[in-house]
Amino acid sequence: MTRMAAVAPHQQRIRSRMYQRALSQGAFYVAVLLVISPFMFVFFWMVLSSVKTGVDQTAWPPLFVFAPTLDNYAQVFRRVPFLAYAMNSLVVSVGATGLGLLFGLPCAYSIARWKQSKLAVAILVSRIVPWISFLIPWYLMFSLIGMIDTYLALIVTHLIITMPFAIWIMISFFEDVPVELEEAALIDGCSRLGVFLRVAAPIASPGIIASAILSLIFSWNNFIFSLILSGDKTMTLPVTVFRFMTYEELNWGGVTAAAVLVALPVLLLTFVIQRYLVKGLALGGVKG
Amino acid sequence: MTGRQGVEERWRLQAVSTFIDAHPALLFPAPAVIVLSAVMILPLLYNLFMSLHEWYLTNPGGPQFIGLRNYAEIFVKDENFRQSIWRTLYFTALATTIEMALGLGIALLLNRQFKGHQVVRTLFMLPLMATPTAMALMWVLMYNPTLGVLNYLLGLVGVPPQEWLSNVHLVIPSLVVVDVWQNTPFVVLVLLAGLSSLPVAPYESARIDGAGTWQLFWNITLPLLRPAIMVAVLFRVIDTLKTFDTIYVMTQGGPGRASETINLFAFRSGFVNLHMGYASAVSVTLAMMVFMVSAILIRMRRLAE
Repeated sequence: MTRMAAVAPHQQRIRSRMYQRALSQGAFYVAVLLVISPFMFVFFWMVLSSVKTGVDQTAWPPLFVFAPTLDNYAQVFRRVPFLAYAMNSLVVSVGATGLGLLFGLPCAYSIARWKQSKLAVAILVSRIVPWISFLIPWYLMFSLIGMIDTYLALIVTHLIITMPFAIWIMISFFEDVPVELEEAALIDGCSRLGVFLRVAAPIASPGIIASAILSLIFSWNNFIFSLILSGDKTMTLPVTVFRFMTYEELNWGGVTAAAVLVALPVLLLTFVIQRYLVKGLALGGVKG
Repeated sequence: MTGRQGVEERWRLQAVSTFIDAHPALLFPAPAVIVLSAVMILPLLYNLFMSLHEWYLTNPGGPQFIGLRNYAEIFVKDENFRQSIWRTLYFTALATTIEMALGLGIALLLNRQFKGHQVVRTLFMLPLMATPTAMALMWVLMYNPTLGVLNYLLGLVGVPPQEWLSNVHLVIPSLVVVDVWQNTPFVVLVLLAGLSSLPVAPYESARIDGAGTWQLFWNITLPLLRPAIMVAVLFRVIDTLKTFDTIYVMTQGGPGRASETINLFAFRSGFVNLHMGYASAVSVTLAMMVFMVSAILIRMRRLAE
């Protein structure tokens, strides 16, 4: 009898603790939902607006339920050579990322291996100086030699975004490569270049992927360089949506559809490679 | 013949490789250093040089050397510039403070293993990665005074409709909201990384001593997290001082000049007024300002440690 009485409160306590835990777990998820929904709402509203007809756009109160249409997207492709501009964005961001890695990786390796901290600090200059300080001289030089509205002008200026960024992230990834492995390869007769290409780079490849993707995104997103240095031939997407907005101010459907089309590749890329990104972003602490 | 060529080529490659092996610390960074000097350092020097000249692009006479007169005008005469300094500082202080407070709260909330934490973290990264120009356009639509969804949603909780971007007093806070939306996730990311590397031992001993949750946070978490907090503050301050895309797309510095920060002021001087020498001087001033603020923050960080 006494034993029963002793057990019952104990079990009760366990059960109430379980309830409590379930409750606090529930409260936790509610809190997460509350915190994240304002951040997600903008995307939600963007996609929603992009499938509304012109009439539904101007409804008050704003519509949350309506018959969706893809007409806005068709409009974007009809009104501007959207695919050509997307191609421009791709050429510039891939070009700037490729060159940035080509020059930047050996430099990051060297900074990590031979502790060239002064060089690392010099790289940080690009983080501090506003883009406009580079844009003014580049604009003057490119107009002098008639190179406004060329891919080269855009790729050269986008290197200011991609290369220092890739170097900055890759330093810590190369620091993680065990020196013993490299020394072993050297003893086996591998050259320094061979060590870099066959030992260090493969080990640091998650970092290379992270910095490549992030460079690609920041170059793709860049607005100010393309705003001034591109023209009809080389216009990139961020400038395209901005112009679309200024010309078609009342065409909300078209504007939001264009915005979706520009941001979508970036958002998808973020999802696909998120496991590489967290370390890169947190380490680099750097944004384009 | 071909065999000999092959041998020669291999010999040449061998020579290159030997040369690299002799000076690796010099040759590995060399391409990047050369390219960076060409694309960054030389233009910056040219910018500095231009800032000592009077030059309207429309003037066929070309640049004229005037010493430091552009700087004198910026700091002494130009009322618009002085106001743009205050706007920039106001925008930066407001945005950074809110982002840090909010980011710390969210990081503390998310700092645990839970089902779906990976998804939540990825979702949080989206505002940070999404093309700022496109998102700024979205915010313009949402801020629309007559048809915007923001006035509607706030109306549901009894807030009267606002003019947001066309109200001179509300325009900077409105832009701050966009910056907070976009960049709080960065603070969260950095602080989560900081939190995950905190040692467990101090918590255990404090708990044995009977410390409460609030005491643990105040006396252990916050001091240990200080390096990560300083990193986040440093990068947020640097970036908000330089904010361009969002402001340019949403207001172009308006209404009037109510949201014209230094960066937009430099852009207007250079690419609207075509007053190149002056714009150079303004951009040099902005760069120096960002540099000074970061130096102060880095010094503070050292003192704190």
